[in-house]
Amino acid sequence: MPDVASLPGALGVSPGLSFGSRLRGYLRAIGAVIWKDLAAELRSRELLGGMLVFALLVILIFNFALELDVRTRQTVTSGVLWATFAFAGTLGLNRSMAIEKDRGCLDGLLLAPVDRSALYFGKMLGNLTFMLIVEAIVLPTYSVLYNTNLFNPGLVLVILLGSIGYVVVGTLLSAMAVQARTRDVLLPILLFPVILPVLIAAVKASNGYLQGLEAADILPWLNLLIVFDVIFTAAAFMVFEYVVDE
Amino acid sequence: MTPAPKLLRALNWITGAMFLVACYLVLFYAPREAVMGEVQRVFYFHVSAGWVGALAFLTTAVCGGVYLARGDRRWGNVALASVELGVVFTLVNIVTGSIWARPAWNTWWTWDPRLVTATVMELIYIAYIMLRQGIEDPDRRARFGSVYGIIGFLSVPVTFLSIRLFRTIHPVVIGSNDPTAEGAFDMTPRMLQAFMFSLLTFTVLYVTLLWHRVRLQSLTDHVERLKMRLLAQ
Repeated sequence: MPDVASLPGALGVSPGLSFGSRLRGYLRAIGAVIWKDLAAELRSRELLGGMLVFALLVILIFNFALELDVRTRQTVTSGVLWATFAFAGTLGLNRSMAIEKDRGCLDGLLLAPVDRSALYFGKMLGNLTFMLIVEAIVLPTYSVLYNTNLFNPGLVLVILLGSIGYVVVGTLLSAMAVQARTRDVLLPILLFPVILPVLIAAVKASNGYLQGLEAADILPWLNLLIVFDVIFTAAAFMVFEYVVDE
Repeated sequence: MTPAPKLLRALNWITGAMFLVACYLVLFYAPREAVMGEVQRVFYFHVSAGWVGALAFLTTAVCGGVYLARGDRRWGNVALASVELGVVFTLVNIVTGSIWARPAWNTWWTWDPRLVTATVMELIYIAYIMLRQGIEDPDRRARFGSVYGIIGFLSVPVTFLSIRLFRTIHPVVIGSNDPTAEGAFDMTPRMLQAFMFSLLTFTVLYVTLLWHRVRLQSLTDHVERLKMRLLAQ
């Protein structure tokens, strides 16, 4: 068996290697985890399919709950979209971690001689990819169904920043929730109060772009999203190893 | 079983006596507020409970961090004990605030930044308790609790910031942007004394309860270990 510390993925414990090659190994480990998630999804198609159908159903429910006529639509579109993303997101996060846990894949991942944070970033970016795919399908569908133009570069930026914040916290909390008895119930209860600032800022910023407000009105919300993303990426990076340790 | 330490037993009596004095100061010593009348007296315990709630959650985050760094279970126990107290005191804070708001703002509830932040904070730590209840392995329970305690505590100020931003852009129907503006008052020296004493009393009460709760937890752990040993035989 090769010396674990000298393998390229072990960031920080391989003094023999230069920083550049260690970083490359780290990034390769992240890429491998993402690739594993995407390949598994490509073959089973159970996660994306579930999220998508669920998202469309949520929009359908909102349609009747809120009477989305032309006037209401203008003010509530961003709220409906983000509520949909948030609900569909918990479904995806739960599933993505439950697969790892139930089939013992998590143990396999933990045995791999890579830094724990590389596993976190891999899972996080995998979840982010799924979330962005769902959003990329929901947005045009919503545009067609309600005859609203949602193709706005500002909105895309907000959705990207908001999804990052959501997934950064969501991946960490779902890793804890799947190890609890009440896991399916627990994830939204743990996640929603913590990501409330992301939802508020994302809804307000999306609304700003959709209503064509000036950049100065939207900028504070974008700043808030960026601040949240940075703080929680750093925090999750530091504490993730305690969540998966046995 | 070890008896309670002397200092803790003394603290019980001191806390009880202080609480009686605080009640006297709040109900009789402090003057009646001119505009709001008697209902203003809720303010003393309301702010004190809020302060202890925030202090308790800060303690949880700090002890959780220390627990993760050192791996000593006692820190984990303090973190758990503190969360339970924080949830109770924050609830007291929200309920007394609501009682005061009814006559002062003419509504039980308004979506003001402080109110929403207190509620979200309460929900975060109720989720914390549910998380801990859902996990059987004691070490993992303490670790997850610590992680969530830190994440939750980080998000509270961002929540406050986001809701305040929300309110400064949108006008508020009831009250005004600044919660102190509607129903604000200047404290006379006697009021200030009663207020400061309430703060001190609640802090001492928190310390006493925390100590009892930590002791209870270590006794629970002890019983757990004895049971395991019995089963192993």
